[in-house]
Amino acid sequence: MNTEHAHGDSHGSAANDHGHGDHGHGDHGHGHGHEMSFIRRYVFSEDHKVIGLQFMFSGLIFFIIGGLLALAIRWQMAWPWSSVPILSRTLWADYGSRIPPEVYTKLFTMHGTIMIFFVIIPLLNGAFGNFLIPLMIGARDMAFPKLNMFSYWVMWPGFIIISYSFLVGAPAAGWTSYPTLANTPWSDPGSQFGQTLWLLALLCVGISSLMGSVNYMTTIIMLRAPGMKMFRLPMTVWAMFITATLQAFALPVLTSALIMQLLDRVVGTNFFTPYDWSVANGPSGVGGGIPLMWQHLFWFYSHPAVYIMILPAMGMVSDIISTFSRKPIFGYKPMVFAIAGIAGLGFIVWGHHMFQTGMNPALGATFMLSTMMIALPSAIKTFNWLGTMWGGRIHYTTPMLNAMAFVSMFVIGGLSGIFMAATPVDIHIHDTYFIVAHIHYVLFGGSMFGIFGAIHYWFPKMFGKMMNDKLGKIHFFLSFIAFNGTFFVMHIVGLHGQPRRYADYTGFDYLNNPGIIGMNQFMTYSAIMLGAAQLLLIYNFISSLIAGPKAETNPWHANTLEWTAPSPPPHYNFETIPTVYNAPYEYSLPGLDKDYLPQTERLSPELAAATAHLGHG
Amino acid sequence: MRNWSLLYIVMAVLSVIVCIYAPFDPNWRLPPNVSTTGREVDHLFELIMGITGLTFVGVSIAFGIAAWKFTDAPGRKAKYMHGSQRLEIVWTVIPAGILVFIALYQMGTWTKIKFRSEAPRVQPIAEVSARQFQWLMVYPGPDGRLHTPDDLHTVNDLHFVKGKPALIYLKSQDVIHSFFLPQMRIKQDALPGMTIPVWFDSDTASTSEHPFELVCAELCGWGHYKMRSKVVVHETQAEFDEWVKQSLKEQNRDQLKSAKTTTAAVEHKGGESL
Repeated sequence: MNTEHAHGDSHGSAANDHGHGDHGHGDHGHGHGHEMSFIRRYVFSEDHKVIGLQFMFSGLIFFIIGGLLALAIRWQMAWPWSSVPILSRTLWADYGSRIPPEVYTKLFTMHGTIMIFFVIIPLLNGAFGNFLIPLMIGARDMAFPKLNMFSYWVMWPGFIIISYSFLVGAPAAGWTSYPTLANTPWSDPGSQFGQTLWLLALLCVGISSLMGSVNYMTTIIMLRAPGMKMFRLPMTVWAMFITATLQAFALPVLTSALIMQLLDRVVGTNFFTPYDWSVANGPSGVGGGIPLMWQHLFWFYSHPAVYIMILPAMGMVSDIISTFSRKPIFGYKPMVFAIAGIAGLGFIVWGHHMFQTGMNPALGATFMLSTMMIALPSAIKTFNWLGTMWGGRIHYTTPMLNAMAFVSMFVIGGLSGIFMAATPVDIHIHDTYFIVAHIHYVLFGGSMFGIFGAIHYWFPKMFGKMMNDKLGKIHFFLSFIAFNGTFFVMHIVGLHGQPRRYADYTGFDYLNNPGIIGMNQFMTYSAIMLGAAQLLLIYNFISSLIAGPKAETNPWHANTLEWTAPSPPPHYNFETIPTVYNAPYEYSLPGLDKDYLPQTERLSPELAAATAHLGHG
Repeated sequence: MRNWSLLYIVMAVLSVIVCIYAPFDPNWRLPPNVSTTGREVDHLFELIMGITGLTFVGVSIAFGIAAWKFTDAPGRKAKYMHGSQRLEIVWTVIPAGILVFIALYQMGTWTKIKFRSEAPRVQPIAEVSARQFQWLMVYPGPDGRLHTPDDLHTVNDLHFVKGKPALIYLKSQDVIHSFFLPQMRIKQDALPGMTIPVWFDSDTASTSEHPFELVCAELCGWGHYKMRSKVVVHETQAEFDEWVKQSLKEQNRDQLKSAKTTTAAVEHKGGESL
C-alpha cells in the first residue's frame, strides 16, 4: 500500500474526468491540491480531510432537522393537541390546527432515524474518523481514497431519499420499523411509500458505512507511520478501528434484513408475515414468515450500532481528557481491552431488546447474563477516566468541559442500563420513557457531548482558526443544564409507566394528573432551551470559521501526530512522513522542560533510561 | 476556573435529591403495585436502585474531588503515571461480582413470570386478541370452555377475580401490540401468528380509587395512544360470575328485535305528523 501510488492514481483520474492540464507534480503531495479544479478539491474530493468535513457539515445540518422534529414531539407531550406555533397554521391547518396522530408517529420515527443514521454515525465515524485517522497515524491519506470519496457520495442518495420522504408521507413505524406494521402498506398511513424510502435510505447509509469501515481497517493496519506500533495508537484511532470492525461484521445482517423487508413490501414475499394473517381487513398473504425474525436481524446490527455510536466518542474523549489533565491516560491497555471487550460482547447481547417479545424466556435469561457482563468494560473505562483526571492539572477549556460532561452523563446512562438489563425490572420499564431517558443519556449526554468536545478540540486543526472559548463555555453550560432538565425527568415519568411513542398519554387515568403533565411541560421547556443553546454553537462555528484568530500548529500542546502537521494540514498532510518514538500520552514527564512530549520527539537516551521505570503503579 | 467543577457536583447532588424525593411523591415513583410477582419486581427494582445509587454517589464523589482538587493552578505539577494494575484488578473484580450477583438473583422472578412451566394450573379466564386499536376479549362463559357458542365477547373490558391467579391467552390479529398492566408489572408483546399465555393476579379489587388500566406498549400504528382497556378486578368469584351472566344476557338480547320496535315506533310517529 503506497501513498505515492494512490496520489498518482487520483491525479490521473482527475485529469481524465475534467480535462485539466497534465501539470507536472512534485515528488510529494505537499501543496499539490492547489493545482486541482475546485470540484475535484472540494466536491468530489479524495482528500480524507475534505471528506471528513463534508460528513461533518451534512451531519450538522441533519442535526438541526432532527432537533426541530424533537421540539415538535416535546410540544405535543407538554400540551397535547394544542396548536403548534407556525406549523399548525401552515402544515396542519386542515387537521384542526393540531398535530394529527399519524403525523406524530412520523415525527418520532424521523427524529430517531435522522439522529442515529444521519447525525451520530456520520459525525463520529464519517467526520472524525475520516479527518483524524490518517493524521493521527501519520499517513498521507486513507488506503483507498476513491472508495473514501464514494463512501460520502453514497450518502447523498440517502440524504435525498430520506428528505423526499417528508414530501410523500414519511415513514411512521419507529426507527426500528418492526413488521408487521412496517411491511404492509395498508397497516398505517406511515407504512406507504415512505417506508420503502426509509429502507432505501438506510441501504445507502449502510453501504457508505461499509465502505468507510473497510477503508479504516486497512488504513490503520497498513499505513501507520514508522514507529507507530499498535500500542502507540491514540485511543481515538483504537476506537475507530474497533468500531470499523464492528460495522464490517454487523452491517451485512442489517443490509439483508432491509432487503428482505423491501421484498416483502415491493414484490410480495412473506419473510415477516405469519401464516393466515391480515391487517386492517386487507388481503391476507400466503404468510409463513416470522415477525420476530426482523427483530433478531435488526438488533443483531443495531445493538452493535449502539456501540458504533459511542465507542468513537469514548476514544476522542480519552484523548481530550488526557490532554487537558496534562497526564498520561490511566490504564492505556485496559482501556483498549475494554473497548475490544465491549465490541466482542456487543455481538451477543442483541436479545435484550426483545425480552418481552415472546422470544423464549430461557433465551432471555442468557441475554440478560451477557448484558450484565457488558456493563463491566464500561465501568472499567469510567474508572480509568477518573484515574486520568486524578492527580492531573485540569485545564477547564471548552473541549475538556464537554468531555467531562460525557463521563458524568455516561455514568448515569450506564447505570440506568442495569435496570433494563435485569429482565424482571425490564418487564415494567420496557417501552416506557425510562428507555427513552436511557438512550438519550448515552447518545446525547454521551455521544453528542463527545462530538461537541471534539468539534471544539479539533476545530483549529480543521480550519486553522480558533473557536471562541467564552461562547463555547456558555454553549456548554446551557446545553448541560438543559440536557439534564430534559432527560433526567424522563426516568421518572417512565418509571410511573408513561409509554413511549404515545401521541397523548392523558387518556389514561394513572397518567392524567398534574404531576405527570407538569413534568412533561418542564421537559419541554428544557428541550426548547437545549435547542436554543445550539444556536450559540452554530454562531460560534460560523463566526470562528470566518473571523476566528489564527491557530498555531499545536494550540493545546498535545502529543499526537495531527498536531505536528500545519493547521489546517495541506493535501497529503505531512511534508515528510513523521517517525514515532513515543506513546501518545506522555504528559508531564519528569525531567522535561515542557509538560508534553510529542510522539515525534525523541528523548535523550539518558532521560529515557531515567524515566523508563516511572509511572507504573 | 475551579468553579466549573461545581457544575458537575451540583448536577450530581440534584440527581441524588430527586432520587431521594421521588419515593415520597405518588407521581414520581412506580405506580402502586397490586400483584404477587409485582412485589418481587419492585424488590428487585429497589435493590438495583440501591446498588446503582451507591455507585453513583461513589463515582460522583471521586469525580467531584478530582475535578475540584486537581484544577490547574500556578506551580502545580501533574503526576506522571500510567496506571495501576492493582486498581484495575480491584475495579474489575468488584463490579463483576456485583453484576453476577444481580444476574443470578433475579433469575427466579423472571422464571416465575415468564416460563411456561410456571404457568398456574387453572382454566384461562379469557383469550385476549389485540387489533388496531382495541383489545378483544373472549371469556369462556358458563361451560368454562373457549370457542363454544356460549362465549362472552367484550371489547376493551378485562375482568378477573381478586386473589386468584388469572391466565389469559394473548394473540394479535394484525400487527405487534404489547399487553402492559402497569399496576401488576406485567408486559408481554402480542405477536401475530403466536398464542402466548400470560398470567397475573391482584390483591386489590378495582374501585374508583384504584382503577386499573391495560395499556398497549408497542407501537401499533397511528392510534397506538388510544389503545386502552378498562381492567376490573372483582372482589369475589360470585361477583365475577354475576358480571358474566349479566353481560351474556346483554349479549344475547336480540338487538334486531328491539331495533325493529323502536324503528316501528318512530315510523308510526312520523306517519302521524305527516
